[in-house]
Amino acid sequence: MPLELEVFPFHYSQVNKIIRENLKKGEREFILRGVNGHRYLLAGVSADIKVTIYGTPGLDLGAFMRGPVIRVFGNVQDGAGNTMDEGKIVIHGMAGDVVGYAMRGGKIHIYGDVGYRVGIHMKAYMEKIPVLIIGGKAGDFLGEYMAGGVIILLGMHTLYPERPIAGLFLGTGMHGGVIYIRGKIKESQLGLGLKPYPLDGSDEKLLEGYLKEYCEDFGLELSEVLKEDFIKIIPYTHRPYGKLYAY
Amino acid sequence: MATPQWSKFFPDFYIERLWDKCIKCRRCVSECSYEAHIWDSKKKTLLEDHSKCVGCHRCEAFCPTKALIIKRHPSDFREHALWTPWFIKNIYKQADQGGVLLTSTGCALPYKNYFDHLVLDACQVTNPPIDPLREPMELRTYIGPKPESLEIEEVNGKFRLKKKLPPLIRVEAPILFAAMSYGAISLHVHQGLARAARDLGILYNTGEGGLHASLYEYGPNTIVQCASGRFGLHVDYLNAGVAIEIKIGQGAKPGIGGHLPGEKVTEEISKTRMIPVGSDALSPAPHHDIYSIEDLRGLIFALKEATEYKKLVFVKIAAVHNVAAIASGIVRAGADAVVIDGLKGGTGAAPTMFRDNIGIPIELAISAVDKRLRAEGIRHRTSIIASGGIRCSADVVKAIALGADAVYIGTAALIAVGCTMCQRCFTGKCPWGIATNNPELMKRLPPEVAYEKIYNLVKGWTHEIKEMLGAMGINSIESLKGNRDKLRAVGLTKEEMEILEVKHAGE
Repeated sequence: MPLELEVFPFHYSQVNKIIRENLKKGEREFILRGVNGHRYLLAGVSADIKVTIYGTPGLDLGAFMRGPVIRVFGNVQDGAGNTMDEGKIVIHGMAGDVVGYAMRGGKIHIYGDVGYRVGIHMKAYMEKIPVLIIGGKAGDFLGEYMAGGVIILLGMHTLYPERPIAGLFLGTGMHGGVIYIRGKIKESQLGLGLKPYPLDGSDEKLLEGYLKEYCEDFGLELSEVLKEDFIKIIPYTHRPYGKLYAY
Repeated sequence: MATPQWSKFFPDFYIERLWDKCIKCRRCVSECSYEAHIWDSKKKTLLEDHSKCVGCHRCEAFCPTKALIIKRHPSDFREHALWTPWFIKNIYKQADQGGVLLTSTGCALPYKNYFDHLVLDACQVTNPPIDPLREPMELRTYIGPKPESLEIEEVNGKFRLKKKLPPLIRVEAPILFAAMSYGAISLHVHQGLARAARDLGILYNTGEGGLHASLYEYGPNTIVQCASGRFGLHVDYLNAGVAIEIKIGQGAKPGIGGHLPGEKVTEEISKTRMIPVGSDALSPAPHHDIYSIEDLRGLIFALKEATEYKKLVFVKIAAVHNVAAIASGIVRAGADAVVIDGLKGGTGAAPTMFRDNIGIPIELAISAVDKRLRAEGIRHRTSIIASGGIRCSADVVKAIALGADAVYIGTAALIAVGCTMCQRCFTGKCPWGIATNNPELMKRLPPEVAYEKIYNLVKGWTHEIKEMLGAMGINSIESLKGNRDKLRAVGLTKEEMEILEVKHAGE
């Protein structure tokens, strides 16, 4: 039986405390209702648990977390998945700024749009490859300083049909990882030195795998998502500072 | 024809080999990681490439017959007060390579060093000094926020505090080891620092390069750092120490981030930092989730929440023009300690222009911050940890009298393990085995030696501090904190004295 909690009257600290206490008792499934700007939910929680959230979680949902699978029915504020280690966040709505900052593992699936500075400084190590999929559009600085992992930008479910799929300075300072974009992007939107490339066979296989899971999360048709061609952005160097100095 | 390299023509150092003493054992060749000593196998003799000598004195120290002397290169440019060899040679380097000048350690320019213009008081006749050998002398310091007031209640004839105090960190001396990352310095130095911190009852700081698996056992004496690159930062790491330090800035390079060059990202470093071998490890200048005091509060409480309020959160900044106002914001954001790193603060790698020209001296910053926090009635809500150019125990005493709770020492600890200040840490070739993770070079400084030297240094300093306190008639470091009456200025202007809140000698 999942633990159901009406969190509206509680401070975020109390909510996290209740979750941690019940975790110790062996509870593995939580349903939080009435979430309204509660910050840091599940921050630093290291456990394989399932959490369903109704409402709008506040800053840093699942920051530093290792393991939880969170499904949010609503939008989320800034900083979701900040320095997240393992686990998954599925957002049936939009997300704010700096989603997945320095994320090093796990997955974040977002149905709609995201704000600015999303996926900054994501990094991968060995078998840990973070994946961030955005169903809508993104603001400026998507994937800035990216050092590893995968960002997929679909631009499909958006509140802003008039806007370009991503803002400016996409991938600025990128030195690892890959960004896939459904459709086209102007080169002027990319960070210094970056270029869009067509996909090769291995990209397509990878992309299909990631998108299959994404479509299952939101009940979407994979064939619909794959109807348009994708491009990819990869770093032009892994050593951006390699030739900067005089000794 | 190849373009001439001006910078190679005029070496900084001169390797003098005393041939009457040299036995051609080639120890110098094996000691020099910069390849300044060369064995000519055809002629069976030793040669020198002076242009490669960095002045680390390793060969000189280890030459079994003392046949080597490393000196400044005697070849001089014509004297000119403005265009000194420093500027000429820097221009040569940049004209040759077209890059940013890189260097290490702290500010090398002779700005006024305020510690050297402050003198301490001592008791004479009317108030007796205290002999620390005879009477207890307390250096114990508590880091963290103190309550505004204490409420005491009587229960069954016994008095006790009504409310529980917030968590504080107890250290046995107000001297902590500054953040130096594993990567910038060798694992052996980290091990030495950690062990010394444990035995001295103080703290060391992991820096931003993560925590090596072998060091988790030193948790109660560890501060872990959270910088913008978030390297090796995960739940176990956050919970490993007693405090988490958010690194915003560093005195040696305010306003820019750091980066560990790919050459230094070896297998072991890669494991600890959790990044691929050989890739540049970039820490961008800002944390991209922090653009305001409110955002900083966001990260402080994310860290507190993630560690269930068991850890203190420090915020480290470089001392810059508006340091007092910035520190006030940091305290209001909820930082349990503000770490201020001054102009003279060291580094493993920084652009020379930044190291030498940006930031303000730590003495002025400590006093300004302490004064501002007192004026705003929030001084008790935080501890001030000062760093950058603390060279001896008298500097520690002066820093505390100016308002710091404790100091960080970095460069001093490295000199204790044999650093000769050659200022080439960024090459990763440190011949003394300190600022390197080359497995061969690392062996030159075993962890036991690092431990012993660092331990000895702090032991000596703490004894000196006790003596100085005793001479002032004070028996606890608490009574020295912000006690500017124990300081007098020698040769400072009125304005400087106002900022430092000290009187002139004779007043």
